[in-house]
Amino acid sequence: MSGASASVSRIFAIFAKEVVQMRRDRLTFGMMFAIPILQLILFGFAINSDPKNLPTAVHVEEKTPIVRTLLQALETSGYYRLVMETSDPRQSSELLAQGKVAFVISIPSGFTERLIRGDRPQIFVEADASDPAASSNAVAQAEAIFTRALRHELRGSLHGLAPEPGPFELVVHARYNPEGVTQYNIVPGLLGVILTMTLVMITGMAMTREAERGTMENLLAMPVKPSEVMVGKIAPYVAVGAVQTLVVLLTARYLFSVPFVGSLWLLLLGVSVFVVANLAVGFTFSTIAKSQMQAMQLTFFFFLPSLLLSGFMFPFRGMPDWAQAIGEALPLTHFLRIVRGVMLKGASFEDLQGEILAMVAFVAVAVSIAMLRYRRTLD
Amino acid sequence: MTEFAIDVRGLVKRFGDKTAVNGVDIQMPEGEVWGFLGPNGSGKTTTIRMICGLLHVSEGEGSCLGFDINREVDKIKRSTGYMTQKFSFWSDLTIRENLEFVARLYEQPSLKESVDATLAKLGLTKRQGQLAGALSGGWKQRLALAAVTMHHPRLLLLDEPTAGVDPQARRDFWDEIHHLSTEGLTVLVSTHYMDEAERCDKIVYLANGEVITRGRVNDIIATSGLVTFRGEGDHVRALSKALKEKPGVEHVSYFGAALHVSGSNSALIKEAIGGVNSHGVQWREVKPSLEDAFIALMARAGADQRLHA
Repeated sequence: MSGASASVSRIFAIFAKEVVQMRRDRLTFGMMFAIPILQLILFGFAINSDPKNLPTAVHVEEKTPIVRTLLQALETSGYYRLVMETSDPRQSSELLAQGKVAFVISIPSGFTERLIRGDRPQIFVEADASDPAASSNAVAQAEAIFTRALRHELRGSLHGLAPEPGPFELVVHARYNPEGVTQYNIVPGLLGVILTMTLVMITGMAMTREAERGTMENLLAMPVKPSEVMVGKIAPYVAVGAVQTLVVLLTARYLFSVPFVGSLWLLLLGVSVFVVANLAVGFTFSTIAKSQMQAMQLTFFFFLPSLLLSGFMFPFRGMPDWAQAIGEALPLTHFLRIVRGVMLKGASFEDLQGEILAMVAFVAVAVSIAMLRYRRTLD
Repeated sequence: MTEFAIDVRGLVKRFGDKTAVNGVDIQMPEGEVWGFLGPNGSGKTTTIRMICGLLHVSEGEGSCLGFDINREVDKIKRSTGYMTQKFSFWSDLTIRENLEFVARLYEQPSLKESVDATLAKLGLTKRQGQLAGALSGGWKQRLALAAVTMHHPRLLLLDEPTAGVDPQARRDFWDEIHHLSTEGLTVLVSTHYMDEAERCDKIVYLANGEVITRGRVNDIIATSGLVTFRGEGDHVRALSKALKEKPGVEHVSYFGAALHVSGSNSALIKEAIGGVNSHGVQWREVKPSLEDAFIALMARAGADQRLHA
């Protein structure tokens, strides 16, 4: 074997050693599969960006059929769950402050009479808006709920009081996820989050573990090249990434019934590049960090912006320009567009080639840094 | 191509503003067994690491097995076996897996045969499935030696290979070293044990990153110019404190019930012995031990024994 080219035997030596070590390290091995399942369950079942059934207190000073209709409409909308009635405005304030209810809806006495007179009486909705995401949808729906209920109720002689339709009709066509099911957006995104978190962390340990256990000196004393070490150490985790992908896709399909309208092969191409990108980042971290602890910290430095700025947690286009610029530099951002594009929109290769190329460029940069940073001596 | 296995001149290694090795020359002929001695922190490990390409050389040049130590590190690594001071094989791999790993890295042609042969030679065939981390110190050392010689290197660099190993295992180890040496292997061993140093063809003694002395054991003792008297008798050990304060006494040490008093001036030593109340003690001149010689050398070189790795 000549000195210049990489050796299959040496790459296989590293690969086989990593596989055995990975298998024996029960904790890490368990983590690689427990984390995805845990995240799927937590994010998939627990998180809802369109929260419903929010506890609501009502403060009504009269009980006419119209008022009853309005309250019933609130409940049937699904957003509000009427949990108590209060008679004291101060008490309703306390309930909000204590967090016992998210809304207090007050209908003053004389409401029905003034309504019939055409006086435009008021309904007060007090919302706990400390978490805008929790209250905004319900608040936005409130007027429509009441309007619809009244249109139904105000007939015959009262017809003139019914709300007028607007001068034009707005037709909204919510495509790709018409029911607005949060899981359809979250679960495919989770594939990217899970791969980022586990793969970067595991490969981050790759070289630092050798350094901490004192086996680095032995490895460096043997004629193995940086590129051989990198390929040999990364390869086993490509398989781990493949298994994780399979777990998430099966869960998406059978547990969350997420639609899959695009090409599976296109998605797998995107996943492959994305997996390599994360492994390259992890390996780069492990050439920079001096200990496993440092590698872990670097992983979090990478994971946090990935989670927050990629469009997984918050809408990408809603972020300021500088945050979008950082987001564009992260592979998760591009992968999310691919996975959501393929699964929900049926995007084609032409639609997504820019995203794939961006990840390829990312891999090239990460590998270059890793090769520059790889220490061939103990200096 | 030189006839020297190791031929390095003016090796210097600095870590920041600290100089660990300061101008070391070594010309070691092929096929010999050399001992590398010196106190902790004297630069032994650093020198070995520079020779096998594990550390960049700050200054100096030379070759190892005919390959330039600054430019042909990969070639040096392929023909050298380096056994680290601390056990550095993979504790979570079995004995067999460790050997297989090494055999693959050195691209051994018949993997199974060479691993089987090594296991048989070690007497570890039955325990090949045991994790390397579970082995005792002596066995770890044997495994390490087997692993670093599997690819038939031409040069062995052993860094304190017998530290913490029992006497029987040490003896077996040295038998193996001499056996390998008769097959033409060149061996450089660093050690703290004097009996091991005496098993070497030549010795290089390092202190504070510099070579203090080198040569055959007998020559080193002879050129140390040391005179040693051995005292035997009741209460001889009680004299040690008084003797140490006498002029001309460089070194006093216990040898069981006996006392060795050394210095470079024979007359002063004799005067010192006569000057202490030593009735019932028999004094006679003996050949200084290598240890006596080294301690004297070190005292003269002003070598400090502080640890600075």
